[in-house]
Amino acid sequence: MRSSFAPLNFWRSTIGKKTVMAVTGLLMLLFLIVHMLGNLKIFYGRTEFDHYAGWLRTIGEPVLHGAWYLWIQRFVLVLAVVLHATSAYQVSRRGLKARPTKYSHHQRAKAGYATHVMRYGGITLALFIIYHILDFTTLTLNRHGVEGAAYDNVVSSFSVWWVTAIYIVAMICLGLHIQHGFWSAAQTLGANRPSRDRLFRGIATGLAVFLTAGFLVVPIAVLAGLVD
Amino acid sequence: MKLTLRIWRQAGPAEPGRMVAYEVPDANPDMSFLELLDVLNERLTLEGDDPVTFDHDCREGICGACGVVINGQAHGPRERTTTCQLHVRSFADGDVIDVEPWRSVAFGVVKDLMVDRSGLDRIIQAGGYISAPTGSAPEAHSTPVPKPVADTAFDNATCIGCGACVAACPNGSAMLFTSAKVTHLNLLPQGGPERAERVLNLVEAMDAEGFGGCTNTGECTVACPKGIPLDSIATLNREYLRASLGRK
Repeated sequence: MRSSFAPLNFWRSTIGKKTVMAVTGLLMLLFLIVHMLGNLKIFYGRTEFDHYAGWLRTIGEPVLHGAWYLWIQRFVLVLAVVLHATSAYQVSRRGLKARPTKYSHHQRAKAGYATHVMRYGGITLALFIIYHILDFTTLTLNRHGVEGAAYDNVVSSFSVWWVTAIYIVAMICLGLHIQHGFWSAAQTLGANRPSRDRLFRGIATGLAVFLTAGFLVVPIAVLAGLVD
Repeated sequence: MKLTLRIWRQAGPAEPGRMVAYEVPDANPDMSFLELLDVLNERLTLEGDDPVTFDHDCREGICGACGVVINGQAHGPRERTTTCQLHVRSFADGDVIDVEPWRSVAFGVVKDLMVDRSGLDRIIQAGGYISAPTGSAPEAHSTPVPKPVADTAFDNATCIGCGACVAACPNGSAMLFTSAKVTHLNLLPQGGPERAERVLNLVEAMDAEGFGGCTNTGECTVACPKGIPLDSIATLNREYLRASLGRK
């Protein structure tokens, strides 16, 4: 039954959940673009990179006290991840329940690979985010693990081949997720039109390649000895 | 032509079903797919077997009654073609063809290839109408409709409600069907008074039937015999968002 509280109805509907997924996805995408560009500062050397990493913790000062901005951003991002995953889980579960019987004659999907792997990719990325935070935020899994020494922490992690391998797999998942996700968000938010469809698909592919390549250039450079 | 049909046989809604192979040695390439089933049924009847139950009505591709999944594709291999308009010549001599009912939790199997699509009717009841004064038809030019709007509305009005979109969707979603109704009626000035209520009611009814959500895979639009585009789903989303924000 429909409630008199409109946001509740919105959240209960499949389209509402998809909208939440789209908006939180775009928010995370925005963060990732800034994150990736910031990472590239490592190529300017230890002093500049560590200084940049330190500044990230003090953005907003002196208007905001200490690391307030950092914690606001962390809260917003965690909220985005939680809402994104919750709506994805609920919509996926609904979809699986709505189609309990498979066709005995297998239907070859018309949709591309990126669409096909959205759910697996999303789970992989969620696990990766946890690993990534343990590696570079809490430094629990970091081999160097010295707070404030961002440059050396990065180099120590990516000097290990299998850590770099994890990052490569995760970033390919990220690229595929964005390739379908960005266009899908445009569709879900009703921004897509026949005249804009190719544009949105193009931006989606562009963002996917840009982010995957931009994120991977750092670990690969470390492993290749270009950054040490 | 000699064809082998592997058909889903199920005696009733609660009965277990299975694929059963039948040979049709005397198939004519000019038959429609439904006529192929007719030929098989005639033989089954004469042999004292239970004929295969399937839905059909106009047999000219405009009523939306027929529809089975042929070799994993809703309405079979030809684009923009209903099962009744699909001809046996689309297959090769000696082919083994799998014939299954639409699969979705919202479409229960009634018998064999016939499914209960009344869920789509209940969606229509929730908002597939306009308020119009009764009496003689109004002067056509009294309500101007821009040509592109009329064209899009008409394209969406060609939806025959066959349910192929639901059958093709990996999520069993009825979004393409619902979006065709919303796009058809919400774009036209005649549908204006119920614009917001319509989309809210249709989506609520759609969700209540147990159809899955849209994950933008695009399988529906490929299966649609009327070529309802994926853009209609973007329009549905836009209309839903607009109505949810309280705009009339």
